[in-house]
Amino acid sequence: MTQMSPRSLLEHILANYGRERDNLIPLLQEVQERFHYLSPEAVQAVADHLELSENDVYGVATFYAQFRFVPPGLHHIKVCEGTACHVRGSDRILDAISRSTGLKPGQTSDDGTFSLERVACFGSCALAPVVVVDDKVYGRMTAAKTNKLIEDKK
Amino acid sequence: MSFAARQQQAEAAWQTFEQPNRLRILVGSATCGRAAGSLEVMQAFAEELGKRGLTKAVDMVEVGCLGMCYAEVMVEIRGRDGKRVLYQGVEPRHAAALIEAQLVSGEVYLPLALAVMTGADEAVPTFADLPMIRPQVRIVLRNCGIIDPTNIDHYLGRGGYQGMTHAFAMGPDQVIEEMKASGLRGRGGAGFPTGVKWGFARNSVADQKYVICNADEGDPGAFMDRSVLEGDPHAVLEGLLIAGYAIGASIGYVYCRAEYPLAIERLQTAIAQMRELGFLGDDILGSGFGFEIKIKKGAGAFVCGEETSLMQSIEGKRGMPLSKPPFPAVSGLFGKPTNINNVETLAAVSAIMEKGAAWYAGYGTEKSRGTKTFALAGKITRTGLIEVPMGISLRTIIDDIGGGVLDGKQFKAVQTGGPSGGCIPAQFIDLAVDYERLAEVGSIMGSGGMIVIDEESCMVDMARYFLSFTENESCGKCVPCRMGTQHLLRMLTTITEGRGTLEQLEIMRKIGDAMKNASLCGLGQTAANPVLTTLQYFEDEYRAHIVDKKCPAGACRALIRFDIDPACCTGCGACLRACPVAAISGEKKQPHAIDQELCIQCGSCRQACKFAAVLVD
Repeated sequence: MTQMSPRSLLEHILANYGRERDNLIPLLQEVQERFHYLSPEAVQAVADHLELSENDVYGVATFYAQFRFVPPGLHHIKVCEGTACHVRGSDRILDAISRSTGLKPGQTSDDGTFSLERVACFGSCALAPVVVVDDKVYGRMTAAKTNKLIEDKK
Repeated sequence: MSFAARQQQAEAAWQTFEQPNRLRILVGSATCGRAAGSLEVMQAFAEELGKRGLTKAVDMVEVGCLGMCYAEVMVEIRGRDGKRVLYQGVEPRHAAALIEAQLVSGEVYLPLALAVMTGADEAVPTFADLPMIRPQVRIVLRNCGIIDPTNIDHYLGRGGYQGMTHAFAMGPDQVIEEMKASGLRGRGGAGFPTGVKWGFARNSVADQKYVICNADEGDPGAFMDRSVLEGDPHAVLEGLLIAGYAIGASIGYVYCRAEYPLAIERLQTAIAQMRELGFLGDDILGSGFGFEIKIKKGAGAFVCGEETSLMQSIEGKRGMPLSKPPFPAVSGLFGKPTNINNVETLAAVSAIMEKGAAWYAGYGTEKSRGTKTFALAGKITRTGLIEVPMGISLRTIIDDIGGGVLDGKQFKAVQTGGPSGGCIPAQFIDLAVDYERLAEVGSIMGSGGMIVIDEESCMVDMARYFLSFTENESCGKCVPCRMGTQHLLRMLTTITEGRGTLEQLEIMRKIGDAMKNASLCGLGQTAANPVLTTLQYFEDEYRAHIVDKKCPAGACRALIRFDIDPACCTGCGACLRACPVAAISGEKKQPHAIDQELCIQCGSCRQACKFAAVLVD
């Protein structure tokens, strides 16, 4: 699979889906899973496959928080902003990460090392406050523990 | 093989698993457990067993969540004497000691022992007698943390899919009557009687109907549905199948949040097992009923918890709500009659069909029958997932089950129902929790998030927090919700920054009222609840922000300053190390001081100080 060019990988994904509209979101999800974001070329290919306008596809993709239109960093940091995390101080964690990476939520660092995202709730409320880095969940975080985690990844 | 024969086979498998003389290790590995490191713990146990040549002699299994999230990682070990001991806070480094003690020497490892699962022990309490467990009645969570969720024999062996066979024997109309008799109401939040809802969809005539399981658990602070899907997926899928049978739908969808990858994996495994056993496909067990289940992954939109938005999303559109009528029971997914139930409702359905409506209706209060799960979190000693009979008091939940407020702080309020709910103040601690009583005090049952708030949380900030969530998640289709959430958030922000006016309090009440009456869907109709209930019970806190420019809870950064009390400071340096902006200075063993110019009011120093020397004003 790794030898496949982006174009043929995209075509390979599209071939598994019918042309009905209800395939749109699953298709975008799979494309993002493989490419880590939705490039303009990918959106166009999905639109063509489902016989929709690109406009229509962007309309749907931008509605949902899951879809990204810029590539994420090597380490993707997600800070949980759920209620339990909020009352246990998630804003401090977000502050700490912003300070040590220089990123605001939604941004990717210039060198491509880090990207930062706020997430509504992971449902790991009992471990609040929670940070997820590269899909590994870190619970009961403090600003100091977060800083160390980021330093270790640099 | 007939169903009865297959079930006997499963029962035998379950009995073998439960046989007292077999050495066994169960590791709680739902998302919470994994986040706390359960997979690393399992790895350590596997290595230790390997070293001792015990790998084949011991059954080691990943189970779901027992709900005692505060005690993760949890491991249950059954030794040679058949005694099953539950250990808490297990780390990889404990593996050798635990194996040595219980599996080799036959002794309980006391430093980590939390309870014995069955029987009595002199040194360790019995599981059912634990203060967190005793008030609970586990119906929806009947199998969570007990069975291997990837093994259908465990579910079958404990009575699973009997509800399905009972339903087939009764016929659809009688199933709906049974649901009505059970008194079950929708556990997604609105509390509509399930049997009545099914009746509407059954009475709609169409060539195709659908049932949907709403697993888009979007309320921040709620994780009940995730735990059930991870710990006992068949309980939900059996409920979905029964719902399909009752209304005459041949296709079921599970719409699950993409943020729950483990739940989706467990559902996929379970659906494959159902197909293998002939519980899906045409003419299931000779009933003449055919059914298929598809999984749809949500893409991160809170509004998709609303039924019409969810259906739009399945159809591949922006998840925006539609005007009702027509109701989904008449025209829903792809324009066909559709019934939609939440995860917890469906897990209760399978239990009700197995054990009967009268059994279920025996729990709870007159108008709120049965049990309800809650995700207990926030400033509470024992966070976790609990299931209690309706009508239990808030005090029992918070003090007995939850072990009271964290660090002995003062209990201020409990937030139920997430962004659609409200804050219930401490004065109602003896309130009986059911749909009616919660509505009376201005909150809602909601899906079951229960966040405990202590004296250090600011109620204005809580309202601002929820409004920033709903403002962000409002789909923008209707004006009252789109503009209302924006205006409320703007005003709440100015108040938390000390720039608010008393006039704003009245304006917020009016906006909230308009949103309630005029919004298109539940999101907008309830989005003002966090503001309205905090205004109702905590207006003095709002006034303190506006008039005195003070935040009584010491939470709103623009209105507070931190100082170190030289009389209490021991000069240990913990605050200095915790400060992210180097605003603290001081010599070792000498009182430290905060440079107010540099301080960003993050409170890290206060959290780090062990001597309560950091004061907030």
